[in-house]
Amino acid sequence: MDFKSSDTIPGPRTADQLPHTAQAAVKIVIVGGFGVGKTTMVGSVSEIKPLTTEETMTQAGIGIDDNYGSETKTATTVAMDFGRISITDKLVLYLFGTPGQERFWFLWNGLFEGALGAVVLVDTRRLEVSFDVMGRLEERGVPFVVAVNSFPDAPRYPVEELRTALDLTPEIPIIDCDVRRRASSKDVLLTLMRFLHSLALSGALA
Amino acid sequence: MDGRSAHGVADGPHAHGTPDGQPPPRNPERLYAVTGTADGGRAELDLVTLIVARRTPPPGASPEHTAVLDLCAAPLSLAELSAYLALPFSAMTVLITEMITAELVQARAPATRRTAPDRSLLEAVMHGLQKL
Repeated sequence: MDFKSSDTIPGPRTADQLPHTAQAAVKIVIVGGFGVGKTTMVGSVSEIKPLTTEETMTQAGIGIDDNYGSETKTATTVAMDFGRISITDKLVLYLFGTPGQERFWFLWNGLFEGALGAVVLVDTRRLEVSFDVMGRLEERGVPFVVAVNSFPDAPRYPVEELRTALDLTPEIPIIDCDVRRRASSKDVLLTLMRFLHSLALSGALA
Repeated sequence: MDGRSAHGVADGPHAHGTPDGQPPPRNPERLYAVTGTADGGRAELDLVTLIVARRTPPPGASPEHTAVLDLCAAPLSLAELSAYLALPFSAMTVLITEMITAELVQARAPATRRTAPDRSLLEAVMHGLQKL
């Protein structure tokens, strides 16, 4: 049967298709400020070229109940890049890179629910961006590790100094990384998984 | 009876229409749909819910339904569908809810620490990452 539309929808390349045996997916969220390297990290480990999903939001609606009649509503599109790693024939891992600004999270109600955990990607030149993000993750009970992306011109600090500066408790792992490198991004994800595993062992995960 | 429960009747995922043959009412504000999970529970459609076509596009299927059925010949996450079809995520969930109700597609719920409370899920992911 012919397509009714002349538009061809670009789908996954044959090589990018999941096997029919794929039963379930899990997700990890990478959070960080603008330009910190979230998309680079997703791209360095993803088996597919990173894709973008979008959502539109109405600015005036955020945190305000009676926005009816507001004349100043503006629609903003927020994009989130993501990639994929096949774990087994049955299990797939998705990585989502999401902006750190809390207001964006309203859009993705459900982004953190069900996530295995999160990576907070940090730029030492803009540490302050990370405070709010980490507070929110703690509130939501999302376990996270902190990954410090090493930019060439960014100051380097010993891990313990960063821990103090970020006000992190001793059990939360902090790891240096270069997210352009696949091996380095993989290390960050494995650090998160080992942390989650240790939490599960100690019964700290519900 | 309050107004809320009166609304709930025709609004559910199994509503096929009102007794007088009208199509089921649409609720444009419901962005997250309810689907059944393998263990009989109910789960919201998630970014990583895998969608699989149950059949080839029926004659007269809308272009949107046809596109989804073509893309979902193999399992594909809702996030990937949203990306390939260039539809906002909330619009994508509405479309997929429609197609689940019409039994055109099947949804495979994500694995979470809650659905798999033992450590096997975490260990599987760890082993998978080590092979990268």
